[in-house]
Amino acid sequence: MKRILFKAVTMLTALMTAPVFADTSDHIEQYQLNMTKGVTDISAGVYDMHMLMFIICVVIGAGVFIAMFISMYFHRKSRGAKPANFHESVKVEIAWTVIPFVILVVMAVPAMNLLIDMEDASEPDITVLVTGSQWKWHYKYMDNDVEYYSKMATQAGQISGKLPKGENYLLEVDRPLVIPTGQKVRFLVTSDDVIHSWWVPDFAVKQDANPGFINDAWTMVNDPGVYRGQCAELCGKDHGFMPIVVIAKEPAEYDKWISEQQAVQQQAKAEEQRLLAMNMTMDEAMEIGEKVYNANCAACHMPNGEGLPGVFPALKGSQIATADQPKHIDIMLNGVTGTAMQSYAKQLTMSEIAAVVTYERNAWGNNTGDLVQAKDINSALNGQ
Amino acid sequence: MTTATDSTHTDDHHDDEHHEHHIPPGIKRWLYTTNHKDIGTLYLWFAFIMFLIGGAMAMVIRAELFQPGLQIVDPHFFNQMTTVHGLIMVFGAVMPAFTGLANWLIPMMIGAPDMALPRMNNWSFWILPFAFLILLSSLFMEGGGPAFGWTFYAPLSTTYSNDGTALFVFAVHIMGASSIMGAINVIVTIFNMRAPGMTWMKMPLFVWTWLITAFLLIAVMPVLAGAVTMVLTDKFFGTSFFDAAGGGDPVMFQHIFWFFGHPEVYIMILPAFGIISQIIPTFARKPLFGYASMVYATASIALLSFIVWAHHMFTTGMPVAAELFFMFATMLISVPTGVKVFNWVATMWRGSMTFEVPMLFAIAFIVLFTIGGLSGLMLAIVPVDFQYHDTYFVVAHFHYVLVTGAIFSIMAAVYYWLPKWTGKMFHIGLAKWHFWCSLISVNVLFFPMHFVGLAGMPRRIPDYALQFADFNKWISIGGFAFGLSQLIFLVLLVKACKKQGDPVSNQVWEGAEGLEWEIPSPAPYHSFETPPVVK
Repeated sequence: MKRILFKAVTMLTALMTAPVFADTSDHIEQYQLNMTKGVTDISAGVYDMHMLMFIICVVIGAGVFIAMFISMYFHRKSRGAKPANFHESVKVEIAWTVIPFVILVVMAVPAMNLLIDMEDASEPDITVLVTGSQWKWHYKYMDNDVEYYSKMATQAGQISGKLPKGENYLLEVDRPLVIPTGQKVRFLVTSDDVIHSWWVPDFAVKQDANPGFINDAWTMVNDPGVYRGQCAELCGKDHGFMPIVVIAKEPAEYDKWISEQQAVQQQAKAEEQRLLAMNMTMDEAMEIGEKVYNANCAACHMPNGEGLPGVFPALKGSQIATADQPKHIDIMLNGVTGTAMQSYAKQLTMSEIAAVVTYERNAWGNNTGDLVQAKDINSALNGQ
Repeated sequence: MTTATDSTHTDDHHDDEHHEHHIPPGIKRWLYTTNHKDIGTLYLWFAFIMFLIGGAMAMVIRAELFQPGLQIVDPHFFNQMTTVHGLIMVFGAVMPAFTGLANWLIPMMIGAPDMALPRMNNWSFWILPFAFLILLSSLFMEGGGPAFGWTFYAPLSTTYSNDGTALFVFAVHIMGASSIMGAINVIVTIFNMRAPGMTWMKMPLFVWTWLITAFLLIAVMPVLAGAVTMVLTDKFFGTSFFDAAGGGDPVMFQHIFWFFGHPEVYIMILPAFGIISQIIPTFARKPLFGYASMVYATASIALLSFIVWAHHMFTTGMPVAAELFFMFATMLISVPTGVKVFNWVATMWRGSMTFEVPMLFAIAFIVLFTIGGLSGLMLAIVPVDFQYHDTYFVVAHFHYVLVTGAIFSIMAAVYYWLPKWTGKMFHIGLAKWHFWCSLISVNVLFFPMHFVGLAGMPRRIPDYALQFADFNKWISIGGFAFGLSQLIFLVLLVKACKKQGDPVSNQVWEGAEGLEWEIPSPAPYHSFETPPVVK
């Protein structure tokens, strides 16, 4: 009988799990049961504290349940049990008030010490400003002239099921945060719009990003590697699509990387000035514009430009996108206060803004024929 | 009170018929009713319908999460489902069900003819359907319903929400008004209408826990009303309570919300403690162990519930001193809660137990609520909470205390008192099917959530990374099975309301003690027209 049941259960399991296994890669550990130990001393401490709590809770739970099941088995009427008549004992009541209290103290002391260590973000080696916005992260290295946005890199086709899902489905970004190993990295965490939460389980760092306020957290990573996390606070429609990837490099490699980035970003600024003098053709502008649109705008205004009625306005046929060009550029540069529309002045180059404005004014039947150039954006920026 | 003095009848059955003549026919009976039993029935059916609607939303959520990728709904609608599921289950299912039980049982338990304020009782029920009509209708409007989670954190619920937020705010206002009226009624009834000899320390624990719950409701529902009003004015009238740009603070919203929200958690569990404390002694055939300590433990939990709210907010960047304070205060709550569990086990110890359906649910409650309570203790530890917070570990925790806690206790209560209400034993076969199907599926549903949470799956996401796929499939299967199991309950309840089944005695259950078991089954329209004397 037992064997048949076992067979049935294993067959059922095989049937249930087959389709999912088919499109997941072998590298992924399925059925992970427990919290990660992580890669920092703090995360290891958190894991140990978690296990201490878990074991104490299991012991308490087991004690209660065993007592319950003993009495359910032996003290049942069908076994002829006669009810006892006791219903009070001050001694027992005091005992099961005081003993749990002592157990709580045993838990509280190590928890307090660990917490005090975790919250001590003083004397960092480097500082990174982490800013959340719907639905991407921005990293700014406070000690170097380097800053950039980090967005989810998973293709829309993988989410909709048109493409097979990759190994790091939903946990991959275009530009990961890079930090050195063995150094104390402080994160200053804030937000441009709603509350987000920056969470990397391997570091045991989870810090809410509150608009208008700056929180801090820190980590010191022991092993080089790639560590993945996600936004942990509901932040609107694409909350589930706001991953975090951190690459920890040896300090020498990190120094090389950061100076390269510094040079690249300076070069890009020079390049942007140079591009001001150049004009795009309509086809070029539409091609670049479509890419920029799908990466930055389509999450809210939708790939077809129709938006989400009552939530995000349509661009298709809208007054601003078909007539009022200065207003259109102004919204791109400054956003709209009191709405989810962000400022893109920092996020995109002037030629990208020019291209996406051109795209929005000519796609989906908005055939205005308007061609906006980088220098128009520049004069709008400087005209203010 | 006049009915009690006017009546000279001593024959309960005759009284019953005498009053039946005054009941208007059809829908008017239910619209105009001021009878605590009718209103209790309305509350309970309303709660059950809401339970099914909120459950249907949970089915949408679990269907979407059955496998990775977006298959069924878009993320905006998914967020509406999680939000409205939470609001409906908290304000539409659990709270009205407890109010329904209070209406039915408190007058019978304290020897009163009815609730003290019958017209307000009618009003507090009949505004509820409108509140939920408003909330649910927003789902069909342009932009959809609320999509910011049942906790409606600003500024997601203010600057970044759609205009339907106004409907959400008004719906919550009405729900709050209903709860406050219900609570006032409970307090006034218990203070003024106890039968001679029904002293405070003789009151059944269900009455005690409800009395304390009613005070919690009166204390915190106005705080919730304040929070939603501030959301309303921030969104529509240009105030800046929660907007740093105008001198406000989004974290202040969370402090205000959880100052309501944590006592709210106990509002949803204290009456459950009362129910379990009624049922366990009956089927153990032994008096409740430590009655007085149960009362004191309930009061301590209620008092502590006002100083632990920020344990929902450990990652918001509070100072270390505040984190430590809220950690210690939260850990303290496990002491009186533990006392309750130990008392129940001690009540069972050396009893003479039988396992009728209410007892099955009550035992499942103790085991599964304890699991939820222990994971709550783990969540109290701030450094590890940084890892647990906003993951499925939290989802597992609060569903263990709310579904296998509050909801199981409500089901236990319905099975326990249903024969008293209808005069007929419910269909025991169906009830056992309902219990075992629910018990197994609810654990398939919620237990693996601990694992995916620890493995790093955030809550409130419509799609997830591949390593969570297998557990999520099991969770969804458990979810569908739990949903279907409730249809058994529906069939059973419909049969019971049609008065099918074998007639039962006054006492119904062999070990049952208390005033409600001394009156006939079904209970007469006005339970006690002349107050009984309690020895």
